Amino acid sequence: MSKLPKPEELIKDVELHKTPVQHWMDTKVEFKPGKFLFAVDPQVMEDLGRPHLGKWQPYEEKWPLPEDWKERILKAIRQRMERFRSFKLFMDICVRCGACADKCHFFLGTGDPKNMPVLRAELIRSIIKGEFSFFGKLFGRFAGARPLTEDVIKEWYYYFYQCTECRRCSVFCPYGIDTAEVTIIMREILHELGIAVDWTMKPVRFSHFIGNHIGLQPHTIKENIEYLLSDIAEITGINIEVPINRKGAEVLFVTPSADFFAEPGIYTFMGYVLLFHHIGLDYTISTYASEGGNFGYFNTLEFAKKLHSKIYEEAKRLKVKWILGGECGHMWRVWHQYHNTWFGPFDYLEVPKSPITGTVFEHAKSHKVVHICEFTADLIAHGKLKLDPSRNDHLIVTFHDSCNTSRAMGIFEEPRFILRHVCNNFVEMPENTIREKTFCCGSGSGVNADEYMEIRMRGGFPRANAVEYVHKTYGVNTLACICAIDRATLSALMRYWVPSVEVAGLHELVGNALIMEGEKERTTDLRYRPLKGYEEGQ
Amino acid sequence: MWNDLFVSILALIILILVPLVGVGLLGLDYLFGIVIPYLAFTIFIGGLIYRMIYWAKSPQPFKITTTCGQQKSLPWIKHSRLEAPASTWEVGLRMFFEVFLFRSLFRNLRADLVGKRLVYGSAKWLWLGAILFHLGFFIIIIRHLRFFVHPVPDFITLLDEIDGFFQLTVPTLYVSDILILLGLVFLLLRRLVDAKVNYISYASDYFPLLLIIAIVVSGILMRIFTKVDLYAVKELAYGLVTFKPVLPKAEIGVIFYVHLFLVSSLAVYFPFSKLVHMIGIFFSPTRNLPNDNRMVRHVNPWDYPVKYRTYCEWQEEFRDVLEEAGIPIDDDWCKETQKKA
Repeated sequence: MSKLPKPEELIKDVELHKTPVQHWMDTKVEFKPGKFLFAVDPQVMEDLGRPHLGKWQPYEEKWPLPEDWKERILKAIRQRMERFRSFKLFMDICVRCGACADKCHFFLGTGDPKNMPVLRAELIRSIIKGEFSFFGKLFGRFAGARPLTEDVIKEWYYYFYQCTECRRCSVFCPYGIDTAEVTIIMREILHELGIAVDWTMKPVRFSHFIGNHIGLQPHTIKENIEYLLSDIAEITGINIEVPINRKGAEVLFVTPSADFFAEPGIYTFMGYVLLFHHIGLDYTISTYASEGGNFGYFNTLEFAKKLHSKIYEEAKRLKVKWILGGECGHMWRVWHQYHNTWFGPFDYLEVPKSPITGTVFEHAKSHKVVHICEFTADLIAHGKLKLDPSRNDHLIVTFHDSCNTSRAMGIFEEPRFILRHVCNNFVEMPENTIREKTFCCGSGSGVNADEYMEIRMRGGFPRANAVEYVHKTYGVNTLACICAIDRATLSALMRYWVPSVEVAGLHELVGNALIMEGEKERTTDLRYRPLKGYEEGQ
Repeated sequence: MWNDLFVSILALIILILVPLVGVGLLGLDYLFGIVIPYLAFTIFIGGLIYRMIYWAKSPQPFKITTTCGQQKSLPWIKHSRLEAPASTWEVGLRMFFEVFLFRSLFRNLRADLVGKRLVYGSAKWLWLGAILFHLGFFIIIIRHLRFFVHPVPDFITLLDEIDGFFQLTVPTLYVSDILILLGLVFLLLRRLVDAKVNYISYASDYFPLLLIIAIVVSGILMRIFTKVDLYAVKELAYGLVTFKPVLPKAEIGVIFYVHLFLVSSLAVYFPFSKLVHMIGIFFSPTRNLPNDNRMVRHVNPWDYPVKYRTYCEWQEEFRDVLEEAGIPIDDDWCKETQKKA
């Protein structure tokens, strides 16, 4: 791995108001260490029955493309145009007004003009004009058209994995052109040749064959959970059981698997189970459908559908009434915007109704899936939770809106409502960096590989910069979020840019604040950090 | 890029020369006054219809609304109807604001790197330039209706009077003419001066701006300076729309034919260029769909079944560890699903 420059050095080369002299069609991609993702191991593609290019790496001068690569790509483009009105339309209507240009976190962190969303889309738009349009062929560059060459494929690999599908640009676009949609489709098209990223494909294989992206076998999940439960017992004095694969439960709870095993997600998981115990929820988790996060979505929509099919077979098998989803960003993008289309209608499930408050979740009446923040906010609103927010007094918290839950779902108030009830110190980051204008962690959509650290730290710079501001101004030491990828990637981002800020899932803070029946006096939070007033020597 | 600008200027000069030569030297009034406008109008309408059918032929497989505000969820949480519409009516409202007031563009920000800190400022100039141009264009089109209808309806006369209220010149220079020129010149300068926008601009971005500027300028010129015979213009225009085309006996003046030819060029260019965003905005799935995914199922016509690893396949593989860990085994389900299969 290449050495990452120091934070004060990293963005020195960034110029937001200067562009290269050379025409963008003449600049070639360079694959430098720290700035590209490793290509997929061919065995992974073999196991999943997908085409591949054998063993190769992007920095190789000559990529081992199959002989008919050009026809296959053009066919794939045509097929996507027939299938996706979004894609077809977005290729036609951009006027290059540039409103999106400085909205992309990768542009703000690299200054690379090809990271302006408009130019990212031009990478394919120019090919569609150059290969399919008579006028495009006639006028060439003057009409923004160019022919498809091997260099273009390299460029696509580089830049469509330098978009995290966060949709910030689509908020500002006067026509709602969504670069995420373009990126999703372009990654699919690259897949047609077998071009994919190792870091996003290995988890697909694990999720498919074993059930979750890291490949935790069922007994390991159980052991991990028991280990977390023993921590809970030690901290709170409460013995909790977590039902696994239990038939006939009312609710199936699905969350990203990182919550079972990785810091700081495990603390979020402790928060969930404390909450469920507190209210006596009749639920189960599943070791078969043990992954809410969907790495398929970072590759092709078909993979995405394949992986999440399990959740619904499991809901049927366990005969649950409805499904509750944990904190996760892209998981909720897929759940909210794709599931109902892929897997509905859900006649074997019931309209979700909170067994504690009796609230019927009308907004989920067709899909029958509720977000944990909606569920918890409803509980708090009905006064069903005993909370002591002062147990989070050692924390000064700010909230990171995850891209997907913000711009592809619109869940803004629920988490804030919960935060205000479980902690006393909550401050917002600057207004142009939150809610629908929130910045990506820089590593979403499956690009959080170690070998990509420079790009990740650059892409996460706008988010980190806003955190740094509230850290310096208000002493913020905790960055709360509702996304498993955030929990992993923001932690790395904070270590690099704002080292004294820790990342926490929202329900970790809920878990800290919950006053459990029969609990002992708590002296530490769920991470064994002393609560305020219980620091050493006091 | 400068090349692109020069090519656009060259294209425009040719487009101006064509009617100058055709009408001014060769006297092809019939061709430029009747044949070309008819042809251009046909291509314009036909092209737009083609474009709409072309888009509509592809389905929108998923409901991918961009939510810019609070979803409709629990009843006590204030729902942002405009930014995360949940009903057709709310979508209509959102679209109205997008199409007529450029709401998304109004959000525009400018990012600057000050030392190590990113700061964001309001940036409404693009919005203002765009509004001036589009609104000006709209008013001018309505105003032009007086050439095509007889008698002229009161509202057009009224609009005409309001638009010419200031009487800056005689004959009056319309406010809309000034606004549209301000908008157009701003948009053009922005393309030349702003490094980022300059970098992404093609000839096909400069050309429509220059063409429309030329149309506006030729319009103003013939009204204020060369003072073409408006009765003759109306005679021609009225003849065209009533499908009884006649060339007026009175001399209209070659500047009018330049104007008409540039408008015809714009009409022909329109459906095959980025200008189709005018229609495209209505098709945009991130804006024209409600964020009601969990309330109403969206159907994808080309959806196909995907093979996945079933519970039973999974249970078989992990039977030993499941039993050892005391996790329930479910053979009944496997029998049941195998029977169904």
